[in-house]
Amino acid sequence: MSDQPSPDQPSPDRPSLVLDCRGKRCPLPVVELARRLDDVAVGQVLAVVADDPAARVDIPAWCRMRGQEYVGAGAAPDHDDGVPAYLVRRVS
Amino acid sequence: MVSPPRTTAVHLDAAAEPLHPAARDVLLAALDEGWADPLALHTAGRRARLLLDNAREVIAVLLDSRPDELSFTASGTAAVHSALLGTAEGRRRVGTTVVHSAVEHSSVLHAAGWLSRHGGTAVSLPVDRLGRVDTELYAAAVRAGGVAVACLQLANSEVGTVQPVESVAQLCAEHGVPLLVDAAGAVGRVDVPGGWSLLSASARRWGGPAGVGVRLVRKGVRWREPGPADDRGFVNVAAAAAAAAALQAVSAERAEVAARQWQLVTRIREQVAATVPDVEVVGDPELRLPHVVTFSCLYVEGEALVGELDRRGFAVASGSACTASTLEPSHVLAAMGVTTHGNVRVSLPRDVTEADVEAFLAVLPGVVAGLRDRVGM
Repeated sequence: MSDQPSPDQPSPDRPSLVLDCRGKRCPLPVVELARRLDDVAVGQVLAVVADDPAARVDIPAWCRMRGQEYVGAGAAPDHDDGVPAYLVRRVS
Repeated sequence: MVSPPRTTAVHLDAAAEPLHPAARDVLLAALDEGWADPLALHTAGRRARLLLDNAREVIAVLLDSRPDELSFTASGTAAVHSALLGTAEGRRRVGTTVVHSAVEHSSVLHAAGWLSRHGGTAVSLPVDRLGRVDTELYAAAVRAGGVAVACLQLANSEVGTVQPVESVAQLCAEHGVPLLVDAAGAVGRVDVPGGWSLLSASARRWGGPAGVGVRLVRKGVRWREPGPADDRGFVNVAAAAAAAAALQAVSAERAEVAARQWQLVTRIREQVAATVPDVEVVGDPELRLPHVVTFSCLYVEGEALVGELDRRGFAVASGSACTASTLEPSHVLAAMGVTTHGNVRVSLPRDVTEADVEAFLAVLPGVVAGLRDRVGM
């Protein structure tokens, strides 16, 4: 089913919130991430689905600057359009 | 209320700065004196030849080289392309691999990419958070064998970090691999260490005119003109003479100018970190070019930041994706793993004043805050 995380994805990294930032240019995906991180509980994962090439660099760097955990990039959980989802675990 | 645009701009983008006054005088004189073909045998030709030979000699000596090792090219990019591809051509029997750092100038990346589309292999080495290549990784890549040419910049023009060129030159020599040092942006700013096999530079970057590149090939390096060998090209004699005059002038002033720029960049690094929240000042704070500083402000669009600063009278550059036609962020910032949005690159021209820098530092926090307001951050 397309709305489920892929079965080979370890369950602790399953996002509890998905932000669709398709078509949004830098810095909007990072702005969305910063704004919505508090919507997940500490320890939970948020996914930022973004096709902006800068997000690949900016989301891990944002995590480092803000002391959050960058889990990695995977396929977007809701569409099969090849747009990456960047996974971030709220640490604090 | 909207503040009116400043009438006198403070230029903080020394990737292009006005021609050095000494170069301008020489350029104007040389346009009258050196218009002829320097290969012609008549009086006007000999006059042009004399100007060109003199320019070659001055630049070669200042770069610790010999005049017969120096060629003028149409740009710094052309110097890199011909240095790299010519060495690959000359050493094709030894190997077809080109080794370079991930933060080289785009001219290196493009030449390496071209080689790899024509049967060669390009090995790109990662850098650390400060933008510096790892000497051990470099050694391993060169030891692997089959390397036609290795390439390393003297310093990164975007973030200022100086590379370990001396150690890399030594290990390249141990393995018999020629090292191309891309010194554009560093010549006239920092010492150029020896040990290179080839060196490329750009006169525009040291206060000379645009359209003058310099390629140095040490005697004994197996280098062949890539493409048709043709030494009948008509060198821009006046521009070469002006480039030499500029390098002479900046070399004479360097101690004073670099010391002043170093202090001002230190001041910018400290003040930006202290007065702008959620900012990262990138590049090596110590082993760096004297005049370059780059920082990224979270939640701000680079293009808007450049535009807003320009409206207030400050000209800066940016490595943010939205300021590039490709929408790709700076490959340098990406390789360092630092944020690419909200990026500002300040490079100080030779005549920058403390007042210019203080004025910039005074407006910056408000400009950043204003842009963050627009996105609700």
